[in-house]
Amino acid sequence: MKSLLERDVERDVMRSIGVSTGEMLPDLVEHLREHRTELREEWARRITEAKVLTAMSDAEIFAEATSVYDNYVAALETGTFEALQTYSRNLSERIIPRGVETHEVVGIVLLLRDVLARSLFAKYQADFQLLNRILDAYEPAANRIANTVAVGFVQERERIIRQQQEAIRELSTPVLQVRERLLILPIIGVIDPQRARQLTEQLLHGIRANRARVVVIDITGVAAMDSHVANHLVQTVEASRLLGATVIVTGLSPEIAQTLVKIGVDLGKMNTVGDLQGGIEEAERLLGYKVVPTPEIPSQISGRHEDS
Amino acid sequence: MPEQNPHDDVEFCVPVASVNDIVTARLQGRNLAARLGFSAGEATLVATAISELARNIVQYAGDGDIVVRAIANGTKQGIVVVARDRGPGIDDPKLAVQSGFSTSGGLGLGLSGVRRIVDDFQIVSERSTGTTVTVTKWKS
Amino acid sequence: MPVPILKQSQYLIATIQSALTDEDLLALQTALVEKVGKYRSRGVIVDVTALDVLDSFASRTLRDIAHIIRLRGAETVIVGVQPEVAFAMVQLGITLESVSTALDLEEGLAYLDKKLQHARAED
Repeated sequence: MKSLLERDVERDVMRSIGVSTGEMLPDLVEHLREHRTELREEWARRITEAKVLTAMSDAEIFAEATSVYDNYVAALETGTFEALQTYSRNLSERIIPRGVETHEVVGIVLLLRDVLARSLFAKYQADFQLLNRILDAYEPAANRIANTVAVGFVQERERIIRQQQEAIRELSTPVLQVRERLLILPIIGVIDPQRARQLTEQLLHGIRANRARVVVIDITGVAAMDSHVANHLVQTVEASRLLGATVIVTGLSPEIAQTLVKIGVDLGKMNTVGDLQGGIEEAERLLGYKVVPTPEIPSQISGRHEDS
Repeated sequence: MPEQNPHDDVEFCVPVASVNDIVTARLQGRNLAARLGFSAGEATLVATAISELARNIVQYAGDGDIVVRAIANGTKQGIVVVARDRGPGIDDPKLAVQSGFSTSGGLGLGLSGVRRIVDDFQIVSERSTGTTVTVTKWKS
Repeated sequence: MPVPILKQSQYLIATIQSALTDEDLLALQTALVEKVGKYRSRGVIVDVTALDVLDSFASRTLRDIAHIIRLRGAETVIVGVQPEVAFAMVQLGITLESVSTALDLEEGLAYLDKKLQHARAED
């Protein structure tokens, strides 16, 4: 026989983990449906008052509020949240590009929660027992809904961020073909393992696509050369060689040279030149081009090997 | 809500007793990786890891097997490769995985190389019971 | 499955298939040595375009092949290593050091031509 205290605790626990003790659930749903118009308007008013969703017009806010409200009630009624999750992801997809922030989305969901709770208080204020029972139905579901919408929003944001990061990575590692058989890869900025891997893959595919015989990798702009990045550079050089391309590394500062030696790289084996221009000239020499020191007329003997 | 992964229960086992089994194991590994949507590069890494692990079994234990399994962790999909043998075992597994370690000359056990290309690497080895290497590669 | 070997003037071209077993590789070694001797070939191209994985064994054997062929007076070039395979190899620490490589058959032949030109110039 459970004591009153035990039953209270049990009910609180059930509520907090989202389990609706749902005898009054139908009443709750009916109440929400019955007062749909005024509750939505109240909510929209509170949203404007709180000065959130400023990126959207009043009409838009009301339209979305209606959708959210109806999804909300449906979720309460059915106890399933997939539709709500899908809707919140769609909603997020629409509003994130408009600059809507996470705190705004969480904020308005909590506002709705409050608006609905207060209307329940108002309705059942005469009967504390009844109020408690309807809250038993409402509280867990409301928590779950707030959670679902917020998480849906955050997941969508993260997906977009990942997409953008990918695009940035691709843009920031251009493999340039400047002459036949010669590729230049200027590396700029921070190299994390993922970017390093992408860099190498892009270069190798570029070597194959352009049939490059010489690659100049310029590391002048690399933000930090630690042993990981250095290792990756060495691997890139070795992998390029497997595709028949010679790699010239330019932009090697004395500090970076030290790092490479420290990790055991035999600099004697790596083809290095001070600066990019020098590297390109060396590359052209390897390819058999004769370089005339007049910049306006780059003279170019066709790629047949004519060693000096 | 995490979707049910349709590949959750995909698993196959290749007994490894001769060098020909190495090819079978890595081909099946590559196929599974391709089916799960791994990129060409990642599938090659998986196949290469399986090749090296299978080769170790043949070279040092004589026979064993390779189990390849699809796994999922939330929205992440991956492949687990378990290479088991009942061979003589490795005295000091930690040492064997360090770069450059080699007992038989040439490229040695290749385990340090395998570790570089996978996301997770576990090795259990005992004199009497043999060696089990478990590696995981996630789809990016 | 034996690896097909074609004779193209003074060169031999061996084209490897994807499911290459250890046996196939060793048989290739024997066959190449024999043919280099028989035709007095000056160069050998091993085309690994179709190879899906180049593991430590394959790498060792290709190095051995290049070494033995050189003792017979011919130059070996490995061509057609795929980007994904090259990537996996360097991660694994396999470099095919001391073996010449070229992008594809065309590059491989150009490389051999050049090498032989030089050799003749030195005679």
